[in-house]
Parts: sequence; C-alpha cells; structure tokens
Amino acid sequence: MTDRRDFLKKSAQVAAAVAAANAWKATGGVASAFASVSTRPVEEIPDSTIRELMMTGLNAAKVAGAGYADVRLGRQRQNFVFTREDHIQNVVDTDSMGCGVRALVDGTWGFAATRVLTKDGVSAAAKEAVSIARANRSARDRPVVLTPNPPTPNGTWKSAYVTDPWSVSVEEKAALLLKANAEALKVKGVKYIFSGLFFVKEERSYANTDGTVTTQTAIRSWPLMQITAINADQSDFQNRTNIAAPMGRGWEYVLERDLAGHAQQWGEEAVQKLTAKPVEVGRYDLVLHPSHLWLTIHESIAHPTELDRAMGYEANYAGTSFVSPPEKILGQLRYGPEMMNIQGDRNQEGCLGTVGWDDEGVKPEPFLIIKKGVVNDYQTTREQAAWLDWWYKKEKRETRSHGCSYAQNWDNVQFQRMPNVSLLPGDKEQSFEDLIAATDKGIAIIGDGSFSIDQQRYNAQFGGQVFHEIKGGKIVGQLKDVAYQMRTPDFWNSMDMIGGKKSYEIGGSFFDGKGQPGQINAVSHGAVPSRFRNINVINTGRKA
Amino acid sequence: MSPRSLFDPPGFLSKEDAQALAKRVLAFSKAEQTRVTIIAGARGNTRYAVNQVSSGGDNANVMVSIRSSFGTRSASTTTNKLDDTSLRASVDLSERLAKLAPEDPEAMPELDAQTYDESPGWSTVTANLDPAGRAAAVRAVTEPARAAKLAATGYIESDARANAIATNKGLFAYGRQTSAAMTTTVRSPDGSSSGWAGASHTDWSRIDAEALGARAIEKARASMNPVAIEPGRYTVLLEPTAVGNLVQLLAFALNARNADEGRSFFTKQGGGNKIGLKVVDERVTLASDPLDPDAAALPFTPEGAPAKKTTWIENGVVRNLAYDRYWAQKQGKSATPLIGSLKMSGGTTSMEELIASTQRGILVTRFWYIRPVDPRTVLYTGLTRDGTFLIEDGKITKAVKNLRFNESPVFMLNNLDAMGPSVRVSASEDGSPGFAIVVPPIKAHDFNFTSLSDAV
Repeated sequence: MTDRRDFLKKSAQVAAAVAAANAWKATGGVASAFASVSTRPVEEIPDSTIRELMMTGLNAAKVAGAGYADVRLGRQRQNFVFTREDHIQNVVDTDSMGCGVRALVDGTWGFAATRVLTKDGVSAAAKEAVSIARANRSARDRPVVLTPNPPTPNGTWKSAYVTDPWSVSVEEKAALLLKANAEALKVKGVKYIFSGLFFVKEERSYANTDGTVTTQTAIRSWPLMQITAINADQSDFQNRTNIAAPMGRGWEYVLERDLAGHAQQWGEEAVQKLTAKPVEVGRYDLVLHPSHLWLTIHESIAHPTELDRAMGYEANYAGTSFVSPPEKILGQLRYGPEMMNIQGDRNQEGCLGTVGWDDEGVKPEPFLIIKKGVVNDYQTTREQAAWLDWWYKKEKRETRSHGCSYAQNWDNVQFQRMPNVSLLPGDKEQSFEDLIAATDKGIAIIGDGSFSIDQQRYNAQFGGQVFHEIKGGKIVGQLKDVAYQMRTPDFWNSMDMIGGKKSYEIGGSFFDGKGQPGQINAVSHGAVPSRFRNINVINTGRKA
Repeated sequence: MSPRSLFDPPGFLSKEDAQALAKRVLAFSKAEQTRVTIIAGARGNTRYAVNQVSSGGDNANVMVSIRSSFGTRSASTTTNKLDDTSLRASVDLSERLAKLAPEDPEAMPELDAQTYDESPGWSTVTANLDPAGRAAAVRAVTEPARAAKLAATGYIESDARANAIATNKGLFAYGRQTSAAMTTTVRSPDGSSSGWAGASHTDWSRIDAEALGARAIEKARASMNPVAIEPGRYTVLLEPTAVGNLVQLLAFALNARNADEGRSFFTKQGGGNKIGLKVVDERVTLASDPLDPDAAALPFTPEGAPAKKTTWIENGVVRNLAYDRYWAQKQGKSATPLIGSLKMSGGTTSMEELIASTQRGILVTRFWYIRPVDPRTVLYTGLTRDGTFLIEDGKITKAVKNLRFNESPVFMLNNLDAMGPSVRVSASEDGSPGFAIVVPPIKAHDFNFTSLSDAV
C-alpha cells in the first residue's frame, strides 16, 4: 500500500494497459495489436496482425462457399463503481475479446463467434458460420441481397472523448460519488442514495469481402444516482433518479455533470414528492423537457421506423409497427405538424449511437425520417435498403443503406439498430420556461420515468421524475403519481410549440434492447422542449 | 447431422477442467481473499421471420471473474483469455484496483468449503441440439403456417453452460445447466390478427415444435378482426404464460433490506417488514427449489453459498424474504438467497372449466412491455398481446383489441377466483430461456385495464 499515491499518479490506466498487453501476448501477436491501440495515435492504419486474422476469416469463409462474409474482431471493456450512502458497494472491470464471422451462402445468413484469436480459431468460426448458413438454407424462400457499398480499405475512427475513464483511478471515481451522496444526504428527509459510474470502451476492427477494413474506438460514460426520501412512519417513499444522460464521451463529461453540485437539488425534489399533490385524473397540456422527451421519441418514433419491424422481422419479440406497409406510408403518413422534423444521425458528436462506419462497412449520413411532419424514410441496413428502391427512385435519391447495422459485441450477429434519432429545433428561439409561460392548465415534466408501449407502437404510457403543475403560465407546485397515456399519431399531431436551437439537449439509453437473442444498443436522442395539447393523464397511486 | 460445433475446446467445461482452471487462477493471487467465478457456455440460436430463417448463429465463451480483497477493500475483474499470462494479468489488475478502492463496511468474508446438492438441470439432448435440428423445428412451424396462408416469425435458443466458483479458503462449487426455448408469433399477412405460443425447458425434447406452431396458428385464426371494448375492471382468465409474466415480478420485490429500510411493498407501516403477514389469497404458495426437475436452478449462490428450497409465500402468508449475507448478519437472521427459479402452486380446474365458469371476462395469452410504475404497490403497466379474447356466458365469443393494464401481481393474487394445474412457461419477454417459471392458469376478478390499444 506504500505505493498507493505514487501508483495513482501513474494512473490506473497503466495497470489496465499493462494487463491488457500481457493478456494479448500469449495469443501470439493479435494481443499486442490491441494493447497498442490504447497508447498509439488512432490515425495509424489497423495493425497488420488484426488485419491478417480478419483476412484469414474472410478467406476461410470464401473457401467454404460464402458469397459474402464479414469479420468483426472486438474487445469490449466495462468499468463500474457503485456506492450507497457513505460507502463503496462494488468496483468491477471486465474485458471480453473475440471474433465473430458472418457468412452469406446462397442468400442465407450464418454466424459463428469464437474467443480463440488464432488463425485456426477464426477459420473454424468462419467454417461454422458457413455450415450454419447451409443448415438454414433448408428453411428459406427468398435470398438475401445486399445493397452495394463502396469499400473503405483503411478506415480508423475514434469517438469524441477527451479523457479515457480508464485513465482515472478508482479512488477518484469513488470520491466523486461519495461526495455527491454526502451532499444529497444533507437534505432533511433523504434517507438512501445509490450512485454509480458506468463506462464502456469498445475497440472494434472490421473487414468484409468487399474490401473494407476499419478500426474504431468508442467510449461511453454514464453517471447514475437514485435518491430516496422516506416518511417518518414508513407510509410513503419517493425516488428521484435518472439524473444525467449517458453520453458517448469520456471522464470530462462526468465532471461537467457536477453530481455534487446538483445533489441537494435532486434530494429536495425527492422530499417534495412526499408531500406533493396527487394528480387529478384528466386532460392537460404537457410541457415536456428534453430530459423526458428523448424517451418518448425513442419509443414512439425511433422504434416504429425501424424497417425490419415494419416488414415483420421482429414480430415475435420487439413487435411490428403501425408505420407499415412502407408503400402506404412513405410521403403519405402525417406523423405530426409541419414544424416536426426527425433526423437519424450516426455522425452526431458525443452521442451514443455515433460511429465512423457501421457493422457492414457503411459510412452513415444524416437522414430525415420525418420531414415537415410526414414520414420520409426508414432506418436501414444493406439488406433492407433495396426494399425501398422504388421510393428512392421516385424521390431521385440514391438507394443506399443508412448505416444502421450494429452488434452489441463480437459474439452476437449484427442487425438493424437505431441511429441517434432526434427532434430538430424549431425556427423560433424559445425555451422550456417560455413554453410554460404560454400554458394555462398543464403539467411540466422533467426527467424520464416509467415507460411502456405496445408492440406496434400505438399505445404508450410514460411517467417522469419531477412534475410541475402549471396554472396561468406559472408553476404552482409539485404533483405526484403522474403518468400520461397516448396514441402515437394523435400525440405527435397535438404538438403545437417547440423550442429553438438554444433549448436543444441530448438524452439517451445505455441499454436499448431488441432482437433474439436480445442485444443491447446504446443510443442518444436530441430534443427541444415541446408542448402537447389535451393529453390524457392518469393517477398511478394505489393503496397497498 | 452436422457436428454440434467445430470449436475446440467445447463450449462448457467439465468439473475437472473447471477445478484445474480455478486452481491456476488462485495460484496467481496474492490477495488476502480471492474468489474465482467461471462461466463457460455455448449458445445456439435460430431466428425465423415471415416463414423463413432470417439469421442464426452459435457462440462459445469462457469468462473468468476474479474478486480480490484486502481487508474490506475489494474489486473484481473479468477476462475471457485463459492462458497463464492473461489470467495473471487479470488477477494483478483486480488486486491493484482492490487496494485503491475505499473500504466497504458491509464487506463479508469469502466462504470456505461448502456442500451442495446435485441439480437436475442438465439435458444432453439440449446440449447436442445443432443448427440442422433447429432448422427442422422451424419448418415444423413455418410449413403449416404457410399452408394456412399465415406468416410465422419466431426464435429458438439452446444454452449449455457450466458455472464454477472457488475461493482461496477451500470453497469449490460446480454446476452445469442447459436450457432451451422456442417461441412463435403467427400473423395474418395483412396484419389483422396475431397468435403466439411458446415453451421453455431444461430438456429440448420436452418442447413440441409442431404442437406449439399449431397452437399459434389456431390463435391467429381466432384473432381475426378484433373488436374494441371499454377499458375498465374485468374478470380475467390468464393463460400460464400471462401469469408467469406477472408473478415473476414478485421475485424482484422480495428483498428484505428494501423492506426493512421502508422502501418496498413488503415494508410494514411503522417499521419492519411483512414476514408473517398475509398478503395474497390463501391458495397461493410461491417457492424456489433448485432441485425441482421442472424448475431447476444452480444449487449455489454467486458467492458459493448453498441454495436450498425456499418458500417465499405459503398459503398467502409471507414466510421468507431474501436476505443477503450482510443484512442477515446485521438483522440476526440467516441468509436467504434469491434462487433462479420460481414455482407457484396451482389448482385442479381445467382451462375449459375456467372458461365455462366465466359469465363475462377476458382471456389473455400473454403480456408485453411490462415496466414498473410504483414500487410501493409492485404496480406495473403493460399490454395484452397475440391472442386476447372475450368470454361471454362461458364461451369464447370474439377476439378483442389489446388492452393496457396498470396492475400489481399482489392485487391480482388477492382477487383470485380459481386456478388450473401449474406448468413450465416461457415467461421472458425476449424469448430467451430465462429463469425457470412454473405457474398455473388463473381466473381473477377486477383486473385493471386502463386503455385500449390499436396494435395487433
């Protein structure tokens, strides 16, 4: 323990890097490749050893009979520190490396993954992927056809982080959380705190038989806090949680969020909920803050405009979509008012769903899913883009994938996942406060809470964190037990005011689930404060 | 038949292999206390959509987690590289992190040698299910669906996994488990009807793909042109899957510490918890037994403590809540871990009798997108899906539009009218095998539906 301070100065990332370097050596070269990723400038071309392994996989797949194949060689690390009240709960650092091979044989997919990163290991996975495709061939009618995509022979990309969280010591992370906990506990009535920091680092190399080879590094960071206030007689308790959005940024983002500086305010909001007025059931105008609205966008716009859902591919779990069939929707379905523009964008700096290239080698470009209130496009992969050929021709647009292919890690097959999907700001520069001031009888909601939506994305119910009652343009007090129920097209068509550029904020999810087996996608949603007229509000409080 | 896997080594480890691997890791450790956890497994899956296979794949992985402690400072690392250098590096990292971590006043010492029961959770049939076998099961559903001019979409997953735990105080636990699940959603091509069926078991041979497909096809046919009904309080007939969807939520609420701290349904007003109090109908008994062949689970906890049969609710009365080792010690109780399975007692009324005895009610196939609304009452919201029917005068008369509920399994189990025999269900939303859940079909009154959905 004598070297503790000294070691701290040298920083924990040294330990992590050393561990990683050692871990890789034994596998004969690949290893050193990845270890060096963390220390060398990312502009360099992908390491020759990684490239060699990926080429081995592609060749093995081709020799076995694949018409197309791609190989992803990935390393995913997670680091989390959790605390409660005045002490640490958990310190965890995970590291997973391996390789997944996807093969298209006679129009049918097969996929296999291995943690054995040798030429033999990757070749065996490639052959297995081909043999699975052949087994699957017996149960298919129509062959898969991929939309062409220009290859990127030597791509490298790094997400928008300044400080790698692995360079920050566990001591510093814990101290930041415990300080925030102490601040919240100063508030009378606050009894319990959970707080945490969750970091993900992904190094992802990719190659396909079109000639694309890319290497990307992404970091994601999420500060967490749940503050619980309890009545003296244990007759009621209330939580304030979801205090900060996860982002595709580094340690600098955690510092910017300043948990300790806000903890007392969050604590007071939890305590106020104990004495807040239970909401009266009825119709209200809702003024929704971006910290809340991102989730409504996620559920009621981003999911239903996934093309695989619309075409029935996710019917057994995630569901289908009311935004279907495309030939009756594109250019025709009015989702909301003229001022409503929804953009898919995997280039947005600092966002969770941002990449250089997707998991099919496609360089994504921003695209308008909803343009002036009308459905204009779907989220696509290379397999799906061709399904909308007729629409793109009609619109005189190029038929190309929007770059929405993603797998959560090396051991899962990639499929269509949502990009960052955001509500673009309105022309008029107006704020959350301006919207409240313009509202006579309403509720302003901050933060995301409970959420649920049906399998076609029609009927949804959302709670929140803080509910302000609005009367005559002013906030008159807090409400509790608030949830609103909506029918998606009616809800978005009731939107009559949206904020301007300065009011734009980003929310997001670390754990968006879809697919079978279920896979996680991290995704951001930008939004401006918006007002919705005459929405059905229920009271969720029941007597135990 | 193609080989199960071309991988070498195989996807799961034998007891001897796991023991040898754990020994290697422990030999590198210099911490006062070390715990090694090994999860080695293979997963095979096949997806199909609109009557054909859409994707599928196999993967295998071995994860080694190392938890190192110095006094009350602890940290964990996980790696999937099994050579000596990598393992040593992971041990070193966990020790360095542990030394830097703050002290945890709740830290509990690692356990020494324990004795465990043998769990019946392994099936060689499941472990040997290959892609061709999965494709054959897919065809057993898609071919009849195609013939019926319907579109089947679905998922098959099989898992074979070994879990091992070792500590430097002499503990060694090993268990292997298989699980399999098949689910299917059959829809009319115009999207006007939908029917679901699913099954999950340790043993793949207990899942009848053809029968499962026939059930979903029948539901899809019966679901054509659903009519709208007024939301409100209804008598419901919940098929076992729907019961599983809701009753499993109680397991998350069984935490003793949350109850004692005043932030749970199981909190007793004025202080303490509800152990000994009646909370649901006296016909309800909820238990977890790792040795139950229909609801097997690992016979040890993540810390390596033996997991024994535990009755949570007996004849409506709370008998046990889950105590972790720290909280048990602090409260002077014995530790009672959560176990990865749940079984609810059933009755003897058949589904036909349940329907025949209902004057007006709603039959629910399954629920979906179930999310917590209020932990004070274990209140959740969610929707019916893929087969919702109106019962009038003892008969199913028509398909109805889906409904959103805001309801608690606690209220539901208080409003119990009758139950059928308990069966193993596929109760996970994503169709993964998940925990073993064994529940009956039930009839309950005053189930709270709050709005109507246009979703089919």
